[in-house]
Amino acid sequence: MYKIKEKKVLAEKTVMMEITAPDIAKKTKPGNFVILRINEKGERIPLTIADHNLKTITIIFLVVGRTTEDLSKLNEGDNILDVAGPLGNPIKAKKYGTIVFVAGGLGIAAIYPQLKALKESNKIISIIGAKTKELLFLVDEIKENSNETIICTDDGSYGKKGFVTDALKELIEQEQINHIITIGPPVMMKAVSELTRGKLETTASINSIMVDGIGMCGSCRIHLNNKIRFACVDGPEFNAHEVDWDELIKRNSKYKEEEHECMCLKDK
Amino acid sequence: MHVFKRQVIKTMGSEEQKPEEQKPEERIHNFNEVCFGYTKDQAIKEAKRCLQCQLPLCEKGCPAGISIKKFIKHIADEEFDLALKTILEKNSLPGICGRVCPAEDQCKKSCISKPKINIALLERFAAENAEKIVKNIKKTGKRIAVIGSGPAGLACSSELALMGNEVVVYEALHKPGGVLTYGIPEFRLSKKIVMDEIDYIKKLGVNIELNSVIGKLFSIDELLKKHDAVFIGTGAGLPYFLGIDGENLNNVYSANEFLTRNNLMKAYKFPEYITPVKKAKRTVVIGGGNVAVDSARVAKRLGSDVTIIYRRSRNEMPARDEEINHAYEEGIEFKFLTSPIKIIGKDDVDGIECISMKLGKPDDSGRRRPMPVKGSEFKIACDQVIVAIGQGPNPLIGKTINLNTGKKGNIIADNNYQTSIKNVFAGGDITSGSATVIKAISDGKKAAKIIDEKLKRG
Repeated sequence: MYKIKEKKVLAEKTVMMEITAPDIAKKTKPGNFVILRINEKGERIPLTIADHNLKTITIIFLVVGRTTEDLSKLNEGDNILDVAGPLGNPIKAKKYGTIVFVAGGLGIAAIYPQLKALKESNKIISIIGAKTKELLFLVDEIKENSNETIICTDDGSYGKKGFVTDALKELIEQEQINHIITIGPPVMMKAVSELTRGKLETTASINSIMVDGIGMCGSCRIHLNNKIRFACVDGPEFNAHEVDWDELIKRNSKYKEEEHECMCLKDK
Repeated sequence: MHVFKRQVIKTMGSEEQKPEEQKPEERIHNFNEVCFGYTKDQAIKEAKRCLQCQLPLCEKGCPAGISIKKFIKHIADEEFDLALKTILEKNSLPGICGRVCPAEDQCKKSCISKPKINIALLERFAAENAEKIVKNIKKTGKRIAVIGSGPAGLACSSELALMGNEVVVYEALHKPGGVLTYGIPEFRLSKKIVMDEIDYIKKLGVNIELNSVIGKLFSIDELLKKHDAVFIGTGAGLPYFLGIDGENLNNVYSANEFLTRNNLMKAYKFPEYITPVKKAKRTVVIGGGNVAVDSARVAKRLGSDVTIIYRRSRNEMPARDEEINHAYEEGIEFKFLTSPIKIIGKDDVDGIECISMKLGKPDDSGRRRPMPVKGSEFKIACDQVIVAIGQGPNPLIGKTINLNTGKKGNIIADNNYQTSIKNVFAGGDITSGSATVIKAISDGKKAAKIIDEKLKRG
């Protein structure tokens, strides 16, 4: 059992939880994720570790389906049945020069530990985006840890009006960039990858559907340069230009009907 | 005279006892166990058929070394507690082995009774009809870490505990049992039996830590600081794919994923259990092993028509006869000498293109090598494909520490289960690739003995 030490609603449908898990916290590195299961009948879902302390790890999640909705209803002091981790390969804390982080949606939570780890030896420019102002979160934290932060909203309610890719396009023309890291919805990462193809080294963090998270099932498999790779044990970070994005987008929508069925049943 | 004697033997015993089974037309609609096992009366009758040979050949065939002759005698004499006690001296997982051991290739194979005694069914009966008694064990003061709670890990840890060692088992998943829990379906091995036998092992003093991914949460070095020895039994958890077109289409599952969703996560009870699994109308399973047959039978129970395609013939199928027969009874179709070329579809699966094969000269495995027949391509319409062409050793631990590993990522251990790191041992599928539950149990047991002796010597 893993106790929820703190819970905060960061934005609409975006929840942060600090969970007591000392052994996992001790080993956590930027880029790691955990697999959690709320209760006996629950499913196993992967969530990036957004932050960690001596005895706790912090997860941030978007309420998009049955499991995240159930999770969002737990409160401080409640327990999560299973948390396994830290999983996945941590990022390489390299000196690149200037790194641009391009994040959308929940990706904002995932870039946070990475930019903190990379800021010492690199210039960090962060581009973060959401549909509208109310959906943005961690803005101050991202700003604090970046040399420059560009905020985009689709409706222009905060920062620039437009997509993160629009801002990135502009930036590429103005700035000498050495590396790009993009985390967010696959459609967004695909757009970033297409924009930088042949020009700039780009890393993407793959958020495919997982079950065990330890390389046993292949649910999270992607084609990378025509070879099968597992996001859980080979990733989650990959060269964005080698990822078969259309396949990933398709695979990520695999259980749409079942998700709907599950939510409807819950509403009854 | 000799011939006459044989005839006497043949007519002396009563008839072979056959356990009741769920009828095929009923069982394809549920996940309950197919075989009900022996009733008391049946078990006694079957046990009485045993010739109690002077030199029991059956015992030579048992990888766990169970005193088969003795336990069967106890059942014949209605001393079920003693029967179970006899088995437990050598095997802590009798309910599991009684169900999934390929007895026909082991103990039963060398039985000289006609028909041969159903030893595994008697083992299962003993496991269910007597209480497992935990005796007091003198402690050695040694501590051993076991990685993985599948057959190898459970056998190793129970043996070590019986020898008085303190054992902690680290399991990566949220439930113990390894392949017994995530792999073998409920209708072949009830999860209640698995948990009961694990509870017995816990009562022997074995502590099981769940959600503990070794290599990530703790390193082997860290385990060695807290323990006198480490045994790695992490199994063959890496699913192989074919490398053909269309393999990442939605509705193409590895057998491991399909089985894990259903067995570990109980997706067959969706939406009561939250993990989903796609429900197909027409499933093609690729492969000829037990995992392929298990997957096919799960798909059938989820309401799909199922065809197993296998590139060799029925004779070369590695799956157990009993399971193949069960599959036939359940209406599963087999297409032998058929190899997949590509999976067809846009988003989802529309079908699978195959080619007919013929058997050539024997290959390294001793089985005749399948060769494609030119121009024999054909298509099978389906909306789900399950790839069950084998599993490799789980690479997670080999990747995270400096252990000598083989080409396929298997951990290299010598005949004494010793790896390239001092006091680190390994056994089961992680060393051998993909084998059977009983081979892993046997490895775990033997390794336990070696570890115990080594630690006693100091």
